[in-house]
Amino acid sequence: MTLDRRNFIKLLGGASSLALAACAGTGGGLSGPTGGRRVVVVGGGYGGTIAAKYIRMMDSSIEVVLIERNDHFVSCPFSNLYIGGLMKDLSPLTIKYDKLTANHGVKVLQAEVTGVDAAKKVVMTSSGEVTYDRLVLSPGIDFRTEEIKGYDAKSTPETIPHAWKAGPQTILLRKQLEAMPDGGTVVLSIPLAPFRCPPGPYERTSMIAMFLKQHKPKSKIIVLDANPDIVSKKGLFLKGWKKHYQGIVDYRPAKKVTEVNVDKKTVTIEGIEDVKGDVINLIPPQRAGHIAVVAGLVGPDKNWCPVNPTTFESTIHKGIHVIGDACVAGAMPKSGYSANSEAKACATNIVNTMNGKELIDFSGINTCYSFISAKEAVEVTGVYSVDKAKNAIIAVPGSVGVSPDLSEIEAIYAESWLKNILTEMST
Amino acid sequence: MTMKWRGWALATGVLAISAMAQAAPPTAAMLSNACAGCHGTNGGSAGPSMPSLAGQSKEAIVDAMKKFKSGARPATVMGRLAKGFSDADFVAMGEYFSKQKLHPTTQSLDAAKIAKGASLQEANCGRCHIEDGKEGKDDTPAMASQWLPYLQIQMADYLSGKRKMPEKMEEKVKPMSKQDLDALLHFYASVK
Ligand SMILES: Cc1cc2nc3c(=O)[nH]c(=O)nc-3n(C[C@H](O)[C@H](O)[C@H](O)COP(=O)(O)OP(=O)(O)OC[C@H]3O[C@@H](n4cnc5c(N)ncnc54)[C@H](O)[C@@H]3O)c2cc1C
Ligand code: HEC
Ligand code: HEC
Repeated sequence: MTLDRRNFIKLLGGASSLALAACAGTGGGLSGPTGGRRVVVVGGGYGGTIAAKYIRMMDSSIEVVLIERNDHFVSCPFSNLYIGGLMKDLSPLTIKYDKLTANHGVKVLQAEVTGVDAAKKVVMTSSGEVTYDRLVLSPGIDFRTEEIKGYDAKSTPETIPHAWKAGPQTILLRKQLEAMPDGGTVVLSIPLAPFRCPPGPYERTSMIAMFLKQHKPKSKIIVLDANPDIVSKKGLFLKGWKKHYQGIVDYRPAKKVTEVNVDKKTVTIEGIEDVKGDVINLIPPQRAGHIAVVAGLVGPDKNWCPVNPTTFESTIHKGIHVIGDACVAGAMPKSGYSANSEAKACATNIVNTMNGKELIDFSGINTCYSFISAKEAVEVTGVYSVDKAKNAIIAVPGSVGVSPDLSEIEAIYAESWLKNILTEMST
Repeated sequence: MTMKWRGWALATGVLAISAMAQAAPPTAAMLSNACAGCHGTNGGSAGPSMPSLAGQSKEAIVDAMKKFKSGARPATVMGRLAKGFSDADFVAMGEYFSKQKLHPTTQSLDAAKIAKGASLQEANCGRCHIEDGKEGKDDTPAMASQWLPYLQIQMADYLSGKRKMPEKMEEKVKPMSKQDLDALLHFYASVK
């Protein structure tokens, strides 16, 4: 299969098509010699955009090709606010890639990556092969739907949304909430950790409860948590639910959903207890994005990709780096902020490596804001570094903690966080 | 000799990077890049409330970080974050952000307030917030183009006593009306 050159040139824009023309002689778009200076980045989300941009910012002589299946990206952070009715549409959460090309010369290819040949250093895509010198994968997550009986990976989410990747799923869940009769029951099912965004399901609980309180006050939300307890910011969420959503949130720990019945609109806990919902938001257990599995990058747990904590290079295949939700980043939670931090460290060490310079140890930050009500937010924050003896990323002692209380000021800063991080990713 | 070979091996991708065991401690850029998810690339905030760090003096940043860490300055998130870094890290990051260009912003501001603030600033605040707030004396932070909601939150903290004002600043601020103070903040936010 060869790359559709017309399509590619259109995406790359004027200046970049020169580089492409230079490759054309070798017979297939971006396959063939790379001059030893091409990094391919897969995934234009929280991790991938930043890796691509920062490599170019640090050394514009390195060619960077960002491959993403969509022509835009919708942020999961703040998508719970849309579900709760605080946003008219998803446009504040949507970014495009054109300015990464215009400002930094990142070449953007819209295509599905279908395979990786680590030995030949080639990625296979829906529009041809692309060769690389170093590959960065930031594909996010996919779902272990096979662990839930009755769940069809394709059709089930069309009626029972996960809304754990933002976009059409997010819109579907909100539409279902809007269509639900007052007095109805929403069921939210949370998988066992680790999953993308530890506080995310509890923020979602808060935002759905807020919606119900305002629009369908006779309704309630039953939260079936596979975990023995609230995974993140427990005290703050409990305080918020007590303050605002007494009688609306019915939180049930250690309730692992193992089966779904789409027609009856029920989920089954450990094969024994059925729970019926008018709206069911089933978040399945997760693993690294499918392409990481296909490329043979997941570790013995078959779910997540082990990496070197300084370079984020796979410990399985050299020359391939994995960042974001898909990788095992020690103590760092799977969040957008973590992906952002990991991307910058990975970019730094790829650039240094390609220039024969020394490696720099990782230093990173995680922050995750969660909204409890329309005006109050809380956050968890931490600083992370490498423990050389353990060869792993650890939290810097004393730096990890949560907000002391629900806060209107934090809600103001949270909105600005979103603006800044999405601006980082798209300009 | 070994270094040379290593460099070649790395550059040509013969070696997995991980084969290289030794790595240098985090540089100023490594430390500072991690702040940019909130404060914007190179410390230039896209707003509307997160403060810009770009163009802030090293002294102002180090002073702020030390006060966040000790709890002397109130904060939502910075108090906990500052605990993850050493004084040497503060200096490295302070130097890094001080080298970035001041980040000009376009905000919706009240023209009458800007004019009022402009007439008050030199006499009341200009001793320390110099050059229309583009610079600051010693560890005084720059305020030019800073996001207005941030400045307002900080001023509210000063007035409530949560954040402690320098004595000489307090002498000027205390007698002023809330309206005049707000006008001053509009003025500083408007400076490009
Ligand atoms: C409801 C919710 C709320 C959240 N709130 C927060 C928050 O407040 N703060 C926070 O920090 N984090 C939050 N998160 C977590 C955050 O969304 C993720 O941690 C982050 O997106 C991870 O970044 P990533 O780069 O690994 O993956 P993503 O951002 O998902 O990016 C992956 C990209 O890769 C593309 N892709 C995947 N496979 C292929 C392929 N084969 N070919 C081509 N393209 C491919 C995808 O289309 C996608 O664009 C939240 C998550 C959820 C679900
Ligand atoms: C989670 C978002 C977030 C991150 C990450 C973050 N900051 Fe902040 N920063 C803030 C907020 C919010 C304030 C206002 C004070 C507060 O409420 O904490 C602030 C204020 C500051 C100030 C005071 C500015 C002034 O004008 O007085 C400095 C200096 C600062 N931050 C430096 C840093 C540095 C250095 C880092 C990286 C190590 C960093 N920040 C990371 C959110 C963040
Ligand atoms: C004597 C010097 C001095 C004078 C006069 C002064 N300031 Fe300040 N200002 C400072 C210093 C020093 C700080 C940082 C102190 C701290 O740690 O809180 C500061 C901080 C501030 C801040 C917070 C900025 C930030 O980035 O967090 C605001 C707002 C401010 N001043 C407004 C004013 C106004 C308005 C006036 C005039 C009415 C004024 N100041 C007069 C020295 C001064």
